[in-house]
Amino acid sequence: MSHGATKEFKVTWGMVIDLDKCTGCGACMTACQVENNIAPMVDASNKLRTLSWVLVFELNNGKSGAEAEVAYLPRPCMQCGNPACVPVCPVVATEKNEEGGIVSQIYPRCIGCRYCMAACPYHARYFNWEDPIFPKGMEKALSPSTSARPRGVVEKCNFCHTRFMQAKEKARQEGGKPNELADGAYMPACAEICPTGAISFGDVKNKEHKVFDLAQGKDAFRLLEKLGLNPQVYYVSKREWVRKLGDNYAATGKPGAAKKHS
Amino acid sequence: MDQKLQELWGEVMEEKKQCKGCGGALPFLIGFVAAVIAGWVLFPNLLYSKKVQPVRFSHKIHQEQGMECDSCHAFRDDGSYAGLPKNEKCQECHADVVGSDPAEKVYVEQYGQKGKEVPWLIYQKQPDNVFFSHNAHKEIECGKCHLDVGKTDTPPVYYENRLSGYSKQTMKMWQCERCHAEKAVSNACHVCHK
Repeated sequence: MSHGATKEFKVTWGMVIDLDKCTGCGACMTACQVENNIAPMVDASNKLRTLSWVLVFELNNGKSGAEAEVAYLPRPCMQCGNPACVPVCPVVATEKNEEGGIVSQIYPRCIGCRYCMAACPYHARYFNWEDPIFPKGMEKALSPSTSARPRGVVEKCNFCHTRFMQAKEKARQEGGKPNELADGAYMPACAEICPTGAISFGDVKNKEHKVFDLAQGKDAFRLLEKLGLNPQVYYVSKREWVRKLGDNYAATGKPGAAKKHS
Repeated sequence: MDQKLQELWGEVMEEKKQCKGCGGALPFLIGFVAAVIAGWVLFPNLLYSKKVQPVRFSHKIHQEQGMECDSCHAFRDDGSYAGLPKNEKCQECHADVVGSDPAEKVYVEQYGQKGKEVPWLIYQKQPDNVFFSHNAHKEIECGKCHLDVGKTDTPPVYYENRLSGYSKQTMKMWQCERCHAEKAVSNACHVCHK
């Protein structure tokens, strides 16, 4: 796979998650499930079959006693600049072509081969093992923003893409520019609900957006950067052990720097 | 024995050769016409059920009163499209019967005054994995995609596909894609799908 295949867009929607602010409360996961019509599992104890577009992981520094430290890491889809999942799809059910750089997933076209799941190093993709069953009454609270997925297709986080479309519609109505949305005009459900403000969202290429500086901060890093997938999700932590875990302890020189395979 | 069998076989082959004249242009033509009728007339008739609108709404009369499309089909403040008007809008004029058209009486008595919304049939209803922004297309004339109902006195018949449940008159994906391609607008999946 070539490393120069990163697709460039004028607008690049990115997320910056401050791991020092994240308390691991899971509000982002809940907001995501409501926004994206993810049905509660009948038996959620089987973690191989649960669906969570954003998943909070617990990290620890491996020490005990007074030195033990814990961090929580919410993992949405990284919307990679050079996604591993897109070229393996045999039916073009997923692509990275739209302005903003969000990796799409088209459920009616997906044949459920799960190559993309095998290709994704972040485990951001999920397979519908069962048809979604909503408890009685809950179907009335379904969101019109996301279409229903049947059994047998793969799904993943899309940065609440319909909110992007709605933000553009609002901009058009108000006579603004739909291709130059203001900071905060488009906000995924997880970023909106995060009670500690750990999740920031915006255009990482636009200097007027908060995430522009956050993504370039000295404590910013991305997960498994050595793979060269160029994710659009950034993490921030002042703690060195957390930053090192982000690259799975591969020696990267300085945190956040892109590093080729040795 | 073997010789007898061979003779028999020979007779059978002889008969077959004589039968060659059974084919020809006429049977082919009959079969062809039957197949065309079946494919173009019978099957579509079977596939689509015809439905009429619950109220015979006349766009023509409303236009003659000087109303524009967006008098009833308007955008909300957040830029989304409200689509068909609700009773609230219709009752601004039709709280009681004001004209002489029997269709109006049907609306007022069976829906408006009972507080029941009219279950209009939507010719352009799209599957729920489609995100369509009317706001992004408001420069284009309505009739380019919608049936040109503006001047009709009786709404067109609604054809429902018995298998899929969708309207026959709805916009197809290739039509969206063609126009996007011609206008050099992105055809990326997420531009229209959710």
